[in-house]
Amino acid sequence: MRIVIIDDSGLRATVLEEGLRDAGYDDIHIVPPRGAFVARLERMAPDVVLMDLGSPSRDTLEEMLTVSRALARPIAMFVDQSDEAMIGAAIDAGVSAYVVDGLRKERVKPVLELAVRRFNAFSRMQTELEEARTALADRKVIDRAKSILMNQRALSEQDAYALLRSTAMNQGKKIAEVAQALITASDLLGGV
Amino acid sequence: MTTNLRIAFLPLNDVAVLAAARERGFAEEEGLALDLVRTTSWATLRDRLVYGQVQAAHMLAPLAVAVTLGLSQQPAALAAPFKLGVNGNMLVMAKDFAAALAPDPAARLADPLGTAHDFAAAIGLWRRKPIIGVVHRFSSHALMLRYWLASAGIDPDRDVVLRVLPPSLTVEAIHAGEIDGFIAGEPWGSAAIESGRAEAVAIGQRIWQRGVEKVLAFREPWLEENPETTDRLLRALARAAVWCDEPDNREILADILADPRYVGQPSDLILRTLSGTIVPRAGDAAVSCPDFVLFSREATPFPWRSQALWIYSQLVRWNMVEPSAETEARAAAVFRPDVYRRALAGSDLPMPGASMKLEGAVGAPLGVGSRKGDLLLGPDRFFDGRVFDPERIEDYLAGFAPQH
Repeated sequence: MRIVIIDDSGLRATVLEEGLRDAGYDDIHIVPPRGAFVARLERMAPDVVLMDLGSPSRDTLEEMLTVSRALARPIAMFVDQSDEAMIGAAIDAGVSAYVVDGLRKERVKPVLELAVRRFNAFSRMQTELEEARTALADRKVIDRAKSILMNQRALSEQDAYALLRSTAMNQGKKIAEVAQALITASDLLGGV
Repeated sequence: MTTNLRIAFLPLNDVAVLAAARERGFAEEEGLALDLVRTTSWATLRDRLVYGQVQAAHMLAPLAVAVTLGLSQQPAALAAPFKLGVNGNMLVMAKDFAAALAPDPAARLADPLGTAHDFAAAIGLWRRKPIIGVVHRFSSHALMLRYWLASAGIDPDRDVVLRVLPPSLTVEAIHAGEIDGFIAGEPWGSAAIESGRAEAVAIGQRIWQRGVEKVLAFREPWLEENPETTDRLLRALARAAVWCDEPDNREILADILADPRYVGQPSDLILRTLSGTIVPRAGDAAVSCPDFVLFSREATPFPWRSQALWIYSQLVRWNMVEPSAETEARAAAVFRPDVYRRALAGSDLPMPGASMKLEGAVGAPLGVGSRKGDLLLGPDRFFDGRVFDPERIEDYLAGFAPQH
């Protein structure tokens, strides 16, 4: 079974490709949706095309599937319309799949399920990465605010942090927000 | 009790009525909390609606008809009880292509028939078949472009290449030379002009003065099972549409749409066509075009069945569907004036008495039968003067020269 992954993000495509290879699929190609990708796809004559549901190029791909013979008769997304749980999971995960007509659903379903799992894993990874980035940025801001308080009000590091925390609680804000406000105010007032 | 509704949209100026309903409290007044889901392709918007991830969608009117007729992936009966706007499209071409047309862009816009013939001549001078971006096979843009090109003897399936690409990628594609021009909803035409790479060549409103554009589409079974929620939503949208059409509100509206949650483009660019002006070429004087886009006046949201049938007639004309009495009836039934009437019976909006009319027959503002209030229909001519009689589609189609 020849599977083509259309994807702009190198990372997501790699995550998906690895999963498919581990599951024993070996005829896998990654095509970025740029320039003449439609012509490339046509030459490859895939059985299954997997694409991020959020990709703006889906309309271009579908138009190509309508007018060309890249897939004999493509079916969007799902071979088995009665499998609502599968459909919901795929849309939630952001997977869209185009499958050549005549391919039995028992053969396609594991590919779709795997794609859903891998897309979900990818977005979890993205979220964790994002959270880690935010946490790091927050810590830097809080450290700066602490040192301002320590210098200007002669507080210990612990007391400076306690003051930031109680202010945040009283104002219903995040500590990082209070810290940022303090830094801005201090900058405006020409402090250190 | 607040009812939550998820509605999918694409980043375009004519999401205005939905955005205003949410941001200006019209939905809240009806006890609705709108979750507007920004989507980047019509395919994904369609899938979200068809597979029930959203309850409604800001949809190209021809796409709603096509999905119902099973022409666009998984068939599903859709229902459109409310139009989200009329007009609003612009055709822009790369500067070097436009150089073969009338030198004054404002004159081109004013004379769509002459420009179509100039366009036909320009095709012969161009280094290849011109590639024109359209947002979707089943878009009002594509149907209007085909109509306009064909008037000058251009076969849109043979003499040009129509390439589908999403509105948000059109400007990039024209820069990269992947397309020679495109027709799309705003602000994308204005954005391409502003970038200095393209010029206005035609606008939707001068091709068909009151061209059907986006609708609010539901799955039909959902619409039937939730009449009360549907009615509340339509009432909220009708009030939001009145607000959007008020010139004094246009700046606020442009600021709302400029937010990345909606269109994510500069608000002055969005405001330009919203307030009825076009800058046809970067640096040129603005051209006034007060009917560039309509949201409420002239009963704009009313889903005339004759407009669904005009779409059907064009699908037949371009061999996208086999004509039959049954298909015709299903296409007409996508537009739901009955639901519109039920929802807005208690409002003070003018309510058309009929559900079908001749399309393209009004030359000057015309008062027509209305159950209450005065309903004034604006001029709705096609630029070639043809009139669409929904009772005589075959005759209408026979009137176009054979294309193949």
